[in-house]
Amino acid sequence: MAETLELVWLQSGGCGGCTMSLLGADVADLVGQWRGVGITIGWHPALSEASGAEAIDRLDDYASGRREPGILCVEGAMLRGPNGTGRYHAMAGTGRPMTEWVAAIAGRARYTLAIGSCAAWGGVACAGANLTDACGLQYEGALRGGLLGADYRSAGGLPVVNVAGCPTHPGWVVDTLMAIGLGGYSPADLDSLQRPRLYADQLVHHGCARNEYYEFKASAAKPSDLGCLMENLGCKGTQAHADCNLRSWNGEGSCTDGGYACINCVEPGFEDPGHPFAQTPKIAGIPIGLPSDMPKAWFVALAALSKSATPRRVRENSRADHLVVTPSARRSPPK
Amino acid sequence: MTRLVVGPFNRVEGDLEVTLYVAGGVVRSARVNSPLFRGFERILEGRDPLDALVFVPRICGICSVSQSSAAAQALASAAGVTPPPNGRIAANLILAAENLADHLTHFYLFVMPDFARDAYRDRRWHGHTHARFRAVEGEATRELLPARAAFLELMGFLAGRWPHTGSVQPGGTAQPVQAAQRLRMIARLTAFRNFLESTLFGDSLEAIDALDGAAALDAWRGRGDRGDFRRFLAIAEDLDLARLGRASDCFVSAGNYPQASGRHFAAGVYDGALHRFDPSAITEDLTSAWMSSPEAVEHPARGTTEPDADKPGAYTWCKAPRWNGRVVEAGAIARQVVDGHPLIRDLVAAQGGNVASRVVARLLEIARVVPAMERWARELVPGEPYCHSAPMPADAEAVGMVESARGTLGHWLTVRGGRIERYQIVAPTTWNFSPRDRHGTPGALEQALVGTPVAPGERVPVAVQHVVRSFDPCMVCTVH
Repeated sequence: MAETLELVWLQSGGCGGCTMSLLGADVADLVGQWRGVGITIGWHPALSEASGAEAIDRLDDYASGRREPGILCVEGAMLRGPNGTGRYHAMAGTGRPMTEWVAAIAGRARYTLAIGSCAAWGGVACAGANLTDACGLQYEGALRGGLLGADYRSAGGLPVVNVAGCPTHPGWVVDTLMAIGLGGYSPADLDSLQRPRLYADQLVHHGCARNEYYEFKASAAKPSDLGCLMENLGCKGTQAHADCNLRSWNGEGSCTDGGYACINCVEPGFEDPGHPFAQTPKIAGIPIGLPSDMPKAWFVALAALSKSATPRRVRENSRADHLVVTPSARRSPPK
Repeated sequence: MTRLVVGPFNRVEGDLEVTLYVAGGVVRSARVNSPLFRGFERILEGRDPLDALVFVPRICGICSVSQSSAAAQALASAAGVTPPPNGRIAANLILAAENLADHLTHFYLFVMPDFARDAYRDRRWHGHTHARFRAVEGEATRELLPARAAFLELMGFLAGRWPHTGSVQPGGTAQPVQAAQRLRMIARLTAFRNFLESTLFGDSLEAIDALDGAAALDAWRGRGDRGDFRRFLAIAEDLDLARLGRASDCFVSAGNYPQASGRHFAAGVYDGALHRFDPSAITEDLTSAWMSSPEAVEHPARGTTEPDADKPGAYTWCKAPRWNGRVVEAGAIARQVVDGHPLIRDLVAAQGGNVASRVVARLLEIARVVPAMERWARELVPGEPYCHSAPMPADAEAVGMVESARGTLGHWLTVRGGRIERYQIVAPTTWNFSPRDRHGTPGALEQALVGTPVAPGERVPVAVQHVVRSFDPCMVCTVH
């Protein structure tokens, strides 16, 4: 067992949704589970008792080194505006920009985690003209840098761990903290965008319940249709690095189960896709966003072939909100 | 007069700072500052109208579905569509699941831990309150979180996930609940009822709903010793929480959960008499907000969002919504008093909106809505449609109004040439935590804090914490 690590959680230019998501974790005893791997909650804005001046004292202890911030989790974008002052978020009770608090505590933290795509890349706060001059901890969109700079390493020798997602899946946070608590967490556990490989090595497509429709390019035309969401409704599940359809959300769900496109919310820049989210951009009828690792010519050939071979059952169900044709029952046992 | 700046307030959603002017051991006046600005209304400008369904839930992680619902209603109004019965019912279930999960989170994680503080160590109830409710480590947290997570599995059946679903659409819902899923949803609702009846109420939901006044509530409390609701009522009596946190006693509700006709909870404005709720009577006053605008007062249908961090005299990013020029309070207490529930009408008649009655109204609402959800889940008809197509017109003006857990939420939408030209949002905590308007009239929390006791040397006045949290503020929605 590694030593005890105190968890410090700060929120800035975000919605608090990653915390809300985390509290829905499918574990019997969240706090007890962390304690089991030596992680205690030093400060969390939704959970801790200390308020006002007591809270500022505690955060000041972390910022000045009187108390070691074992794991700094930051939720929400870093708001540098207006004009570089950080006044779009001055931490209550201090008048001091939250960006300064984050930088000070990150400078002493053993591990620094960006919880959610806002803290990782800037996320929705950056959308459009980026009015608040928002960025992530170590990225600004897909560019390394961000608030802490490309060269930042926490005291544990790691860059910022980007637990990206909008929101993050509770399991991604729980598992990452477990891995850190158990010791030996290293850069090899992160992908090329510094996301934990424990979820980012998968694609949202993996385990998608609409896979048979995908295989035959039997596509949904409107919300609530059962068909594949990729061809018409903007789904990026074949490109998105996450295990949403293997883990499931809230018991048995996922975005694609919910009947709406995967918008690739784990990726930098997802907030400005350059097209309406619920429409698939196409050139000559071919979606421009092709599945990961798939050459375009192959995709086009396979799509044409599979469309011509679509069973009636799959085609008709794809445009309905319930099964209108059920799989035929065999008279003899399946071979 | 001593000036005391209090913040950050944890166990509220988002960041909050309150400046208190204290004399003679009580707050004489207060200024509420929402210190975070993000600019969603500006982010939405120029986009495809349906893109609002991606952005608005991300305004807030705790009221995410409420934001989606308001947008979907505005878009449905723009497109001139009405969801089919399944879609309407499923959307109500999604919104109700979020609202009740929020009420429960608020009670167990945000409100009760304050009574476990050392400040109350001399009270006879402190020992078991500390064991049960203290922040992070209390036994109630270990009971609440799994029950809440199991309840939110409804979202997996209805909305793909929570927070930030895309299932709530103008034409209905995008996740058609199938026959087996409907059965499992009904089972989840039964499990949730069991948790509430055994742990929160120590009685049936129907018995709570049947409480018809303060006398009935007192009598019910005396008839047993089970349930966390009774524990709260005992603390509330001992600390006289009903004397804390009175605001304008004018309550607003847009009504909630659309039915085949009308809404499950009625719309209105209540100040002892019931008035018709009309969204056109809403204005936003920008006098004290760090926002520049040609006019000090705007109707949201013509509203603007132009940040100006150096504006003289301003002290918050929050605008000041008013109803016919009046300061109103939103939330469960407003919904229930407008809907005419006899318990809340009686509590409000006696001592207005206060720390105790706000908490009671929230828990009452849980008891009233779960049976409705059970009925709605049974009314779903798998095989019948969940969603109509909703083609967007090139030009439209529309409004969508819903009740989130925290109260009245409105979205005002203007579409020109197929793009969003203007998008304005008035959120529940914008009402409750609004700053002074051009007449110098303080907002609801600013009024509620006046008279709150502050003990000598108290750096984090505990009574102030109770008053603030009794509104269940959501600061990320407030300024969006």
